[in-house]
Amino acid sequence: MKSYALFLGCTVPVRGMHYEASARLISDKLGFHLVDVPEFGCCGFPLEGADHLTSYVMAAMSLAAAERKDLDIVTLCSACTATLTKANKKLKEDRALREEVNKVLAETGAEFKGKTNIKHFARVLVEEVGYDKIKAAVTNPLTGLKVAAHYGCHYLKPSEIYEGFDSSERPVTLDKLIEAIGATHIEYEDKLQCCGGGILGFDELSALKMTQSKLQHIKEAGADAMTFICPFCAVMYDANQKTAEMKVGGKFALPGLYFPQLLGLAMGYTPKQVALDLNRVKVNLKFPEAKA
Amino acid sequence: MADDVIDADELDPGFKYEISKQPGGENLKLCFQCGTCSGTCPVRAINDKYNPRRIIRMALLGMRKEVLCSDFIWLCSTCYACHERCPQNVRIPELMFAIRNIALREGNIHPVYKGYVDALDGHGRLLEVGEFENEKRVKYGLPPIAEEKERVRKIFHHTRIKDRTDGKLKGGEACATEGSK
Repeated sequence: MKSYALFLGCTVPVRGMHYEASARLISDKLGFHLVDVPEFGCCGFPLEGADHLTSYVMAAMSLAAAERKDLDIVTLCSACTATLTKANKKLKEDRALREEVNKVLAETGAEFKGKTNIKHFARVLVEEVGYDKIKAAVTNPLTGLKVAAHYGCHYLKPSEIYEGFDSSERPVTLDKLIEAIGATHIEYEDKLQCCGGGILGFDELSALKMTQSKLQHIKEAGADAMTFICPFCAVMYDANQKTAEMKVGGKFALPGLYFPQLLGLAMGYTPKQVALDLNRVKVNLKFPEAKA
Repeated sequence: MADDVIDADELDPGFKYEISKQPGGENLKLCFQCGTCSGTCPVRAINDKYNPRRIIRMALLGMRKEVLCSDFIWLCSTCYACHERCPQNVRIPELMFAIRNIALREGNIHPVYKGYVDALDGHGRLLEVGEFENEKRVKYGLPPIAEEKERVRKIFHHTRIKDRTDGKLKGGEACATEGSK
């Protein structure tokens, strides 16, 4: 069984415990093992717009920690995925930058060597587990449940760092995952739209307008729920759904679940086991009787 | 004549080279102003204060202060939609990061960035994982997390990022008196 170093980042372990709990719950049954690395910290994404060097050093610190354990990294947050992947690539290619980063990193006793790889959890489901094995693990198919996939941004973009995985303009992987658990995927207008999370701190109203417009489109398409794979998307669509309704308009009551939660339910785990109580918009859906 | 007419004497022809030298800004000069970025941008669609094509044109013209000290440089949501479609590979989200890096050095210190740096300095991560959070984690069957701020502080001490966001470093001061508007 392949082991991965589980990179949580900053948002998941505090605001996405339901994401983390469900991901940890299902991985071993699906054939891969998650290992905790205490030295993991912030991926560096928040500082890309402040100081490039600091941002690269932060990324390199975690990359080096995975290297010491001889493990590849699996990420839950899409922004962490892109930032770590980008830094890994850049530091491998740019010798001068690598030396500069390693000089700073040496003060913490670490060194970046470029010996690990990064994959998003959903990409591991698609590429390492595969749709067929997922279908085989489903004991309680979510038949009849209409789910809208939100791909978000950094799971697929910038595409140049993801080696041809899926497509940034016409993505299919999450829709296929939805079908693999017996549910029905729903198409909707402006499917690629960003959640707005990236500007929440800078211009709250614009961010909420972006969030609200997607909730509107998903609702219009007749979905029972939406699914996402990034903690910041969850903050926008689930935790901030009421705020978006209040400040921009509309009434949606649209449940938003992390994909591993849906997958866990389809694998027979109970709503409690996938921590559905932590989803802010009430998940009032009829799930097949849990057997586990 | 309107007040916002551009005065050619005030332009800084070196600005585009300054940006090009900053990581992420390398491809600025490749832009031929097609506007695909602005047509694609989900922020531009709802807030006309943010217009990537216009920011790039201003940068190319040398409107250094108008760009660096503005409040529109924070509005890129880093969704990379424009990046995927730009026919000239200008790498717009990376370019916006490059511009923000320079703006910070010029004294345009956005409180959000100061907040990020303070949080990372204080907890080693963006969101605190204290006793309360760890109790909740254990309740949900998750392992507790120990904050590791010392290593982050060593890095910050070296790169002086916290001194920068605290406004303690002297440097270019184009926006120092105005700050972030």
